[in-house]
Amino acid sequence: MKNEGEMANRPDNTAFTQQRLPAWQPVLSAGIVIPGFVLIGLAFIGIGVALFVTSQKIQVLETDYTGAEQGSPCYDCRDTSVPCVCRVNFSLSKLFEGPVFFYYGLSNYFQNYRQYGSSRDDDQLSGYTSAFTSPSETCAPYQYNSQKKPIVPCGSVANSMFNDSFKLYHVVNGQPRPVPLDGKGIAWWTDYNIKYRNPTVNGTLASAFADTVKPINWPRPAYDLDTTDPSNNGFQNQDFIVWMRRAALPNFRKLYRRITEGDYANGLPAGNYTLEITYNYPVLAFDGRKKVVFSNVSWMGGKNQFLGIAYLVIGSLCIVMSVVMLIVYAKYKFPEDEL
Amino acid sequence: MESLLSLGKRKPRKNGLQRKRRVGAWNMTLDEEDEELMRSYSGNKIRTTKYTFLSFVPKNLFEQLHRFANVYFVFLSALNFVPIVNAFQPEISLIPIVLVMSVTAVKDMWEDYRRRKSDWQVNGQLCEVYDRTQQRYVKRRWAEVCVGDLVLLGCNDIIPADMVLLHSSDPKGVCHIETANLDGETNLKQRQVVRDLPQQGPDFNPENFSSRIECENPNNDLRRFRGYMEHPGKVRVGLHNDNLLLRSCTVRNTERVIGIVVYAGHETKAMQNNSGPRYKRSKLERRLNVDVLWSVALLFLMCFSTAVGHGIWLRGLKGAVFLIPDDISPALAGFYMFWTMIIVLQVLIPISLYVSIEIVKLGQIYFIQNDLDLYNPRLDAGIQCRALNITEDLGQIQYLFSDKTGTLTENRMLFRRCTVAGVEYPHHENAQSLEQYEEQFGGAADHTLTLRSRSSRKSVSCRSLSCNHSSVSLNTLAAESDSNSFDDTLHRQAQGAFSSTMECAVVPDPQLGQKLKVLSAPLLGRLKHDATELSHIVDFFLALAVCNTVVVSSPSQPRHVVQMPVARTPLRSLEEMKALLQKVSLPRFALSPSQNSDGSPGFTKRLFNRGRSATYTPNAPTTPAARAPTPSLTPTHTPSPCSTPVLLRSGAWGQEEEQPRQSDADDGPAAEEEEKDDSDEEDKLLYEAESPDEAALVQAARAYGCTLLGRSPEQLLVALPGTGPLSVPLLHVLPFHSARKRMSVVVRHPLTGQVVVYTKGADSVIMELVGRKTSDDQREIMEKTQRHLDDYAKEGLRTLCIAKRVLEEGEYEDWLKRHVFAEASIENREELLRETAQMLETKLTLLGATGIVDRLQEDVPETIEALQRAGIKVWVLTGDKQETAVNIACACKLLRPTDQLLTLNCDIKEDCETLLSELLEQIGVSERRHASGCEDGLAVGDRGGFMLVIDGRTLDFALEAELQGAFLELTGSCRSVICCRSTPLQKSKVVRLVGEKLGVMTLAIGDGANDVSMIQVADVGIGISGQEGMQAVMSSDFAISRFKHLRKLLLVHGHWCYTRLANMILYFFYKNVMYVNLLFWYQFFCGFSGSTMTNSWVLIFFNLLFTSVPPLMYGVFDKNVSAQTLLSLPQLYKHGQNSKAYLPSTFWLTILDAFYQSLVCFFIPYFAYAGSDIGLFSFGSPINGSALLIILLHQIIESRTLTWLHFAVFLCSALLYYIFVLVFSIICVTCNHPTNPYGIETKVMSEPLYYCVCAVTTVLALLPRMLCRGLYNTLCPSDVVKAGLIDKLRPEDYSASVCQWQENSEAIYHNQNPRHLDKNLSVNADIPTDCTPETGSVLS
Repeated sequence: MKNEGEMANRPDNTAFTQQRLPAWQPVLSAGIVIPGFVLIGLAFIGIGVALFVTSQKIQVLETDYTGAEQGSPCYDCRDTSVPCVCRVNFSLSKLFEGPVFFYYGLSNYFQNYRQYGSSRDDDQLSGYTSAFTSPSETCAPYQYNSQKKPIVPCGSVANSMFNDSFKLYHVVNGQPRPVPLDGKGIAWWTDYNIKYRNPTVNGTLASAFADTVKPINWPRPAYDLDTTDPSNNGFQNQDFIVWMRRAALPNFRKLYRRITEGDYANGLPAGNYTLEITYNYPVLAFDGRKKVVFSNVSWMGGKNQFLGIAYLVIGSLCIVMSVVMLIVYAKYKFPEDEL
Repeated sequence: MESLLSLGKRKPRKNGLQRKRRVGAWNMTLDEEDEELMRSYSGNKIRTTKYTFLSFVPKNLFEQLHRFANVYFVFLSALNFVPIVNAFQPEISLIPIVLVMSVTAVKDMWEDYRRRKSDWQVNGQLCEVYDRTQQRYVKRRWAEVCVGDLVLLGCNDIIPADMVLLHSSDPKGVCHIETANLDGETNLKQRQVVRDLPQQGPDFNPENFSSRIECENPNNDLRRFRGYMEHPGKVRVGLHNDNLLLRSCTVRNTERVIGIVVYAGHETKAMQNNSGPRYKRSKLERRLNVDVLWSVALLFLMCFSTAVGHGIWLRGLKGAVFLIPDDISPALAGFYMFWTMIIVLQVLIPISLYVSIEIVKLGQIYFIQNDLDLYNPRLDAGIQCRALNITEDLGQIQYLFSDKTGTLTENRMLFRRCTVAGVEYPHHENAQSLEQYEEQFGGAADHTLTLRSRSSRKSVSCRSLSCNHSSVSLNTLAAESDSNSFDDTLHRQAQGAFSSTMECAVVPDPQLGQKLKVLSAPLLGRLKHDATELSHIVDFFLALAVCNTVVVSSPSQPRHVVQMPVARTPLRSLEEMKALLQKVSLPRFALSPSQNSDGSPGFTKRLFNRGRSATYTPNAPTTPAARAPTPSLTPTHTPSPCSTPVLLRSGAWGQEEEQPRQSDADDGPAAEEEEKDDSDEEDKLLYEAESPDEAALVQAARAYGCTLLGRSPEQLLVALPGTGPLSVPLLHVLPFHSARKRMSVVVRHPLTGQVVVYTKGADSVIMELVGRKTSDDQREIMEKTQRHLDDYAKEGLRTLCIAKRVLEEGEYEDWLKRHVFAEASIENREELLRETAQMLETKLTLLGATGIVDRLQEDVPETIEALQRAGIKVWVLTGDKQETAVNIACACKLLRPTDQLLTLNCDIKEDCETLLSELLEQIGVSERRHASGCEDGLAVGDRGGFMLVIDGRTLDFALEAELQGAFLELTGSCRSVICCRSTPLQKSKVVRLVGEKLGVMTLAIGDGANDVSMIQVADVGIGISGQEGMQAVMSSDFAISRFKHLRKLLLVHGHWCYTRLANMILYFFYKNVMYVNLLFWYQFFCGFSGSTMTNSWVLIFFNLLFTSVPPLMYGVFDKNVSAQTLLSLPQLYKHGQNSKAYLPSTFWLTILDAFYQSLVCFFIPYFAYAGSDIGLFSFGSPINGSALLIILLHQIIESRTLTWLHFAVFLCSALLYYIFVLVFSIICVTCNHPTNPYGIETKVMSEPLYYCVCAVTTVLALLPRMLCRGLYNTLCPSDVVKAGLIDKLRPEDYSASVCQWQENSEAIYHNQNPRHLDKNLSVNADIPTDCTPETGSVLS
């Protein structure tokens, strides 16, 4: 009917071009906000209670063993230039439910320092031998030693690996009885099985590390990290991998062992315990602290009351605000609506 | 010439120093220097592209780096390559700038490609160029044409370059061109072959052409061309605009034309006028740049504090095992850290903001251009957005400056009434029929015919006033349309847009008709007085018919101008009539009955016919006699002076008188139909005039039997009442000029043979020129005419005076010599010509004056009212008379009956000063009185009720520096201002003054060349594509076709564009500050070391990909209020006017909210994970996740409309983020040192804690905004929010609410108006302040 030529420039009459698309128009007025807040508030209080209760159930035992104060067990070991062993005693009044996670913790320790973080060679850690002979520039100054020999694993992160070691004894009838500590599976599965690879070479692992030197601070080379378990050596060493995953915040803890075996599978029974610490790692120079932490975990991780409280507070805040708004609304709005 | 030649010899290459250009044909006669010179002129190839293949990369880069933001980001990327400060891998920080710049580059490339394609097309067109070697015309591409080429063009060919016309197949040496491509005017323009060309034969031999042309250097003035042609015999002929064929125009009506190219390619006038799109910076953008600077300041502050923190932190740590030992002192490390942080926090400066704004504006323009309501089906044209980057300015207009004619009115002139020799002829029936036509037009009957009847005609009809449409077709179509339901929009738009027959038909005034009848009665006894009057009347109508530049063409061949008849109608009767005229005294020549002797309608028609077609049988006079419809009309063939006067009387006028009667009896169209049935082609003359009033006058003359039948440069063909076509030798045309305000023609009177000057012009000018030493009669006539003119003006009519002067032969000879001299001179030709014109236009005899009605465009009053309600001050700047202007203001409701009219007219500055202060004082008094009377106390800005009228002369004083202040103060208290008799320069001065001194957003709207300067000065210039060509459109930012479109453009699109863009920009700032602050807070926990808890890819992509599209949607699609509500509640416009959506406080509140949200978003995860074994990037994961959620939900809260498109985009954004991080954490084992995202996200997201953290963070972050919005919207909702709420109501509630709101605001609105002021307030007011509806109705 219409002449096409005549109307060539006529815009299309579609909902889109005429901006008539059906739309939802959210106007945040009391009508939406009040019920919304009530709903959110109720939900949050519910979650908050659950979180709080869960968190309350978690048992945590924390002991600082830095030895900064005079009289503390490891005070004498402050000088890390000589090997030193100190013991920390503690007692449990009731069963510490298992599985118990055994952490070491550091404070004022900035693993998230930028230059520190990039001071590593991913190729080395992935087992590429080419990177053994010439480590990445990013590792400097822990790239070569003074003899210009490549350091493997290079870089600051590896070099500063935490090297205190712990042994836990359950004192039964005055006799210390070692608590078996499970060092397997403390690192992420992906890290241990995919990300960190030892070089594939014929012969021993040590031969792969020929012509390289260990990091300056390390007592033993990488292929000899775990003297007790040959398969836990090289880069595929659980402790090493745990250390290499840098902590987000300056006060952190890292998983050391789990207590899952033998008589302690259900947890640590009440009684006295002795923790034997081989004190190597210096932290006092920069005002750092070291601690050990025993904790069991829940579905939401370790003990953290903050989240539960936050939920509860915010949930109740929502309720309060909706009530306030309701009052305000009733007082100011209703008469106007009559208009 | 000699000096020029020597100059040419000395400096042949320095074109800049040469003031003239010399052109000759490429043949043997050309000497070497000339050839060399001509080669130096640019060729006809055009290149509008900016880039070539090779230059694209460097040139585009260079252009992009002109943008400060790009330089900044290039600098940042470079900084990242400096090892000591680098924050990311260097490649990563290149991504944003490369992405942004390549998006821009692709856009530029695409635009350039389109230009290249059109260049190819243009350059590749073929035309016939004379080839000297082959001795014939050969086809060549346009690109190969060069200066000096002889080009042969046929009918309907497009002209390839500016050429001087040398030959035309038309025997008169005339050629017609259509300049629509150039200026949009579709009327034909005549061009003339250079005069006195040696070889003026039917064939033009290029070999023999050896004349040389000297003309001015290329310039962009389309209406001026000066130069001369030197023929071999050293004879010089002046060249002017009439000899020049302009590039890109079309040849019409002429079979063959040959021209010589004088300007080619980029030197042609068309190309010189071709300026690309306009770039303006909008107010919002200026505001935005300020805030970008604030962001920079914020960035520096953050970086500085990090740098200081890092220094202190380093100083406090000595020998920490995790530190990298180096020799850098803490202070230096701090300094380095500053730069690192600039890289890390770079996102704070929204790099993608500028690109996003450009994209959003493109989207907004897309929607504006696609709006059906802004589409005019009559012209098949929508709105044209010529400036791409000031859409949001449309939403902030505070002052609107409007032209009157063609903008508020149709610029479709209709003859309304006239006064001749001091006698007023009110033309009541004409007025009635106009009104009738109005009513009929209001009905639904004939709206669709527009489309149909036009399709059968050419588009000329809508542009020029033409009366060719047969109402038969009109009626049938109307009937047909009743059954066809056409689109509603079309229905509305068609109204009032069409010039139908009714509109053009002038119903003769009976009194005037009677007078002319008396003329035919040989009662020579009554007498001299009458005779003088009658000769006046005839002269008057002859003047109307000839004193113009109207081109006549016929609808059957719309593009063919009616040719002059071959036979000059040497009628027996005419000869005798002339003979008689010799006998009768001059004033009484008109009494000669012989001129009426052949005047039966049938016969007249035949005669007209004869005038039209040369093939008509020469014995025409006898044939119609036999076929005359009524015996009484049988004409006498014996040209006896005294024969059958009675019959003649009825014969001459019978038909004309019948017409209105019939119209009364039947419906208009029916009568038309009948008339059409027996009328022949005579009625189908098309008058194409450059200005519509000319056509209206010709039309009017025709109604009285003075018909203009044809025009050639040398003569006019005119039919006088009762005579056949008379050839009127046209001696000169002194064209209209805005300074002279008049035009004249010099003709040899067809009957008396005397040289007569007919002048037509503005009353003020003509009245002055009319001889002072005239008889009492003349003086009396002048006085009476002046009175009538005043009446006309009060009625809102446009007035023109007609005068004549009879020249003695000797006088004429003298003048002719001067004139020829003036025409041939190049230097100051215009001045000389003006002088000679002035010599001629003196001692005039006033014949009479005409009143032309210019109807208001449809919906103008409504639009103006809506705009005023929207808080826009509307000023009318017009060149018209004060009375006319005031009346139009009345008609379009700019001036309300309750308003006080303040008039500011004075002749000297001192008066102006006193007047100003006097008016100000009185306004102050009345304000105070009003304030004390009503306690409400109106806001100062909302004063209304005063209307200032100022004339051009006074405006000059008011614009002077000393009086500016007072003037602006006065206008500030007036609701509206009318400046009449203002020149284009004054218009632009006013706009500039208001814009600069008051610091307001101005909009100028106009349709003609005289509005161009004001359109360019205003913040937003709008051109109306109408009758007056395209100059206004070419210089405008937006071009619309009707004034009423302004309403939707401003109130709806302006409002939307402004709110959308403002909200989007704020959102952008928010988004960036919020996200960047997360990184900043983290610095407190990583030793201020520039470490990030997010891997750098996510960091860069977060703004660039994951959250970039939602704001675009926001900027393009969001509608805070529906179009319907915005239109019915214009006051909502104030939202944008007062920049409510984007105030400095809004910006800082947004930043504050961003700070709060980032605090929440960082510290909740921080406390949730504090002391745990959380890894660096595992910690970042919930923070990023919740940031994304917060940012997207924040937008949902801010959005006013959410369509499925929004949700789709939101979903895509979120999905894109999650897919990206998950895929990245699955495949990237060691790819991103030192981040190594492998396994992180998958692990973190598998823990419930992640979701717990995200949920609580998101809710807490958005809580305050939701709360504030909720409380605010409930307790004290802004107008916009209220309107938004109304939109959500059901239809019946909706209309009730809107009505109520309207009433409420009506009360407020009118509260401001009623003022009880002393009547003496209007100083110097001789205009009645009461504006009666009757006067208005005439106009509307």
